[in-house]
Amino acid sequence: MSQIETFYDVMRRQGITRRSFMKYCSLTAAALGLGPSFVPKIAHAMETKPRTPVIWVHGLECTCCSESFIRSAHPLAKDVVLSMISLDYDDTLMAAAGHQAEAALMDTIEKYKGNYILAVEGNPPLNEDGMYCIVGGKPFVEQLKMAAEHAKAIISWGACASYGCVQAAAPNPTRATPVHKVILDKPIIKVPGCPPIAEVMTGVITYMLTFDRMPELDRQGRPQMFYSQRIHDKCYRRPHFDAGQFVEHWDDENARKGYCLYKMGCKGPTTYNACSTVRWNDGVSFPIQSGHGCIGCSEDGFWDQGGFYDRLTTINQFGIEANADRVGMVAAGVTAGAVAVHAAVSALKQAQKKTQDKVEG
Amino acid sequence: MGTMTPNGFDLDATGQRIVVDPVCRIEGHMRCEVNVDEQGVIRNAVSTGTMWRGLEVILKGRDPRDAWAFTERICGVCTGTHALTSVRAVEDALGITIPDNANSIRNMMQLNLQIHDHVVHFYHLHALDWVNPVNALRADPKATSELQQMVSPSHPLSSPGYFRDVQNRLKKFVESGQLGLFKNGYWDSKAYLLPPEADLMATTHYLEALDLQKDIVKIHTIFGGKNPHPNWLVGGVPCPINVDGVGAVGAINMERLNYISSIIDLCTTFVQNVYIPDVIAIGGFYKGWLYGGGLSGKSVMAYGDIPENPNDFSADQLHLPRGAIINGNLNEVHDVDPRDPEQIQEFVDHSWYTYGEPGKGLHPWDGVTDPKYELGPNAKGTRTNIEELDEGAKYSWIKAPRWKGNAMEVGPLARYVVGYAKGHEDIKNQVDGLLRALDVDISALFSTLGRTAARALEAEYCTRLQRHFFDKMITNIKNGDSSTANVAKWDPKTWPKEAKGVGMTEAPRGALGHWIKIKDGRIENYQCVVPTTWNGSPRDTAGNIGAFEASLMNTPMANPEQPVEILRTLHSFDPCLACSTHVMSPDGAELTRVKVR
Repeated sequence: MSQIETFYDVMRRQGITRRSFMKYCSLTAAALGLGPSFVPKIAHAMETKPRTPVIWVHGLECTCCSESFIRSAHPLAKDVVLSMISLDYDDTLMAAAGHQAEAALMDTIEKYKGNYILAVEGNPPLNEDGMYCIVGGKPFVEQLKMAAEHAKAIISWGACASYGCVQAAAPNPTRATPVHKVILDKPIIKVPGCPPIAEVMTGVITYMLTFDRMPELDRQGRPQMFYSQRIHDKCYRRPHFDAGQFVEHWDDENARKGYCLYKMGCKGPTTYNACSTVRWNDGVSFPIQSGHGCIGCSEDGFWDQGGFYDRLTTINQFGIEANADRVGMVAAGVTAGAVAVHAAVSALKQAQKKTQDKVEG
Repeated sequence: MGTMTPNGFDLDATGQRIVVDPVCRIEGHMRCEVNVDEQGVIRNAVSTGTMWRGLEVILKGRDPRDAWAFTERICGVCTGTHALTSVRAVEDALGITIPDNANSIRNMMQLNLQIHDHVVHFYHLHALDWVNPVNALRADPKATSELQQMVSPSHPLSSPGYFRDVQNRLKKFVESGQLGLFKNGYWDSKAYLLPPEADLMATTHYLEALDLQKDIVKIHTIFGGKNPHPNWLVGGVPCPINVDGVGAVGAINMERLNYISSIIDLCTTFVQNVYIPDVIAIGGFYKGWLYGGGLSGKSVMAYGDIPENPNDFSADQLHLPRGAIINGNLNEVHDVDPRDPEQIQEFVDHSWYTYGEPGKGLHPWDGVTDPKYELGPNAKGTRTNIEELDEGAKYSWIKAPRWKGNAMEVGPLARYVVGYAKGHEDIKNQVDGLLRALDVDISALFSTLGRTAARALEAEYCTRLQRHFFDKMITNIKNGDSSTANVAKWDPKTWPKEAKGVGMTEAPRGALGHWIKIKDGRIENYQCVVPTTWNGSPRDTAGNIGAFEASLMNTPMANPEQPVEILRTLHSFDPCLACSTHVMSPDGAELTRVKVR
């Protein structure tokens, strides 16, 4: 493997000094919420690791996850693909097609048995013998199972692979099915969102490369580092919620003042994602900052939770600031209840497929 | 031996059959089969959409104000264009008008998508059909630098050292033995004609464009909160404007406006300094390869888009032209009416759906889509392991839409042919300038390369329009109008009991239409006819072949085992299969459920 360049080689070759490299490692540690003692570990990993092979397959999807991935600003998608991983199969981006593409897939599986990461975008439909999604003349679900068999771990990109997303919304005509319901014997990391945030996607991958293990997952299989808090918890408009200051109509005076969008249907209080912290597209904005409520796109079945403009619950007559405490408490109670239900459902699901629980690669 | 189609193509399926599945570097899933004669020339072409999601049935019974979010997820590559089409359809049905600023912001977002999509398509989905990154290793960095400075004197990244660094990076990458995305490419094919220096320059721009595209979309992020899949609103746009008052930091304020303006400049600079010069440079080396015209010289169609003023979609008010040309007669541009039941119809005789009786065409208002997956008697393989399809029977998840019975090509080239024929000044100047630069005549436009060039010209035109609508919005704000949404009919109680509407846009890939019926405040029926349904269409009842199929005809292959030429031409359309193959009727779900095994 010595002829395969490491991440460190790549950085040095690009004119980055040892000193800058170490600085990069400490920034990476800080970004991942790790203490200074981890810096040497990160440095060691980057100095010694060959590029990890990644097979990226596509089922029923809209390809927004791939599009999001290439938007990553840190690290740049270019550097991930050229220097950190070896993207050996990805029918959306690869040069080859047809037989040559299939050969690339088979070669990679054969050569790196047990050592490659399988990234899944989209999901397999199971109706019509799987022929609602055909790859190489066969059902996509066959390709998925074949690629999964020898994978070290699986990443379910986005809402489609994690939960089913829009094609699985009622009545789910093709019986589009999330990955973990088809692949039962592999560790699966769910990175939900429609799409997930670019830097969250590259953050998950670089975490695995850097520490050579799966990130800590919650009971639904999502990385805790990005999905453990609600958008509402860290929303910069939260003070307006607490103060009972709400947008009442689109483009009203309150909208122009940047008040809370709760009454316009914002799902921030029940949505676990990093939008209000990492934000989107290099931190430029996120839905609430741009005036539209969160539609909850990283939550299971978000298409079937009522309209996007329906308030999460009916709370009679929000008051002005004098009632802020009451408003805040009522809302907190509601969301806590929703979360408890959510957690119970997750626990039930988890019991059905224990194999995914607490996996450490 | 052959069969002449009504639209003038001589099909001969007796030669060797070549299958390409998956067709990569596209959105979604697609298969292509061709027959080549003894000289390796394509004499029969079969294009198949190999995925289907059934989104319209999912939309049934939902709130029309939510439809944009569902339909936006039809495609994450042309993100936003379905959402815009959807809010237009709902507004059309309910008689909702939008404010001037909302029109400018929507246009900026739509134009921004065109620019982003065209750049990513050219560099990341299409370039490898013309550019050989392995050959770039043989380039002389100094000569590459000279080439760069010659084709684009204004582009600052042009020093020999810069190209040497990129080349070294590529070299290490190739020598690592882990070729990643470039693995199993057709790098020894004789179809690649560029000298090593041009290959190095273009490969370098592949990487530059990859870095840049993430910044282009920030206009979506500012107005819509995220990209892919920004947020939209029936009645306007969700982002309020506040440049003066309390809380202006929570809206489109001066800092945000400056940010947008800088991104517009970024787009303009890259398209002018890199994209256009690359297309001209690469086109210059390939101008002897003028295959792939297909339907572009015969039948093209555009709905038109980018209205100068809000709520006015008359053809003369649209910056991207509307019209249809048939039988290659550029002297007559027909108007297109999406409401006329005789104009746009979809056929399913060769699609995996049934209307209950053969030969029937249905207007989208009355669209029916009952899935019926079955292979023809001459297919090889089994129903879950297809070796060869039988194009005499059903063979695709894509329907066959027709305009007055004609198979049509849509997309940037179609828009430019229509614009050229109508004497659209900006388009005419651009096209004439390009033809002069390449020293070719107008007939060269009707080709794979013409399709690729039209897309680049359009990106350039769109950067200018982006600036135009930014300035227009600023003027409007200056004049005291900060309004971005009309909420008079936001409440469903204000709606009529029944309504129907049409929304039309020009997506990056071509003419896009949504047809909606609303009843009791809910969606009763929703139908989309999308660009790749037109271009990727299978045969129809009369035997007309679709635009993809037509474009492959009579193309010689350097080596039939290496489908470079097929990929080149199919990619020139920028196929989007998730878009094309989702159509389904309100009744389809029940039929599908019966088939659960």
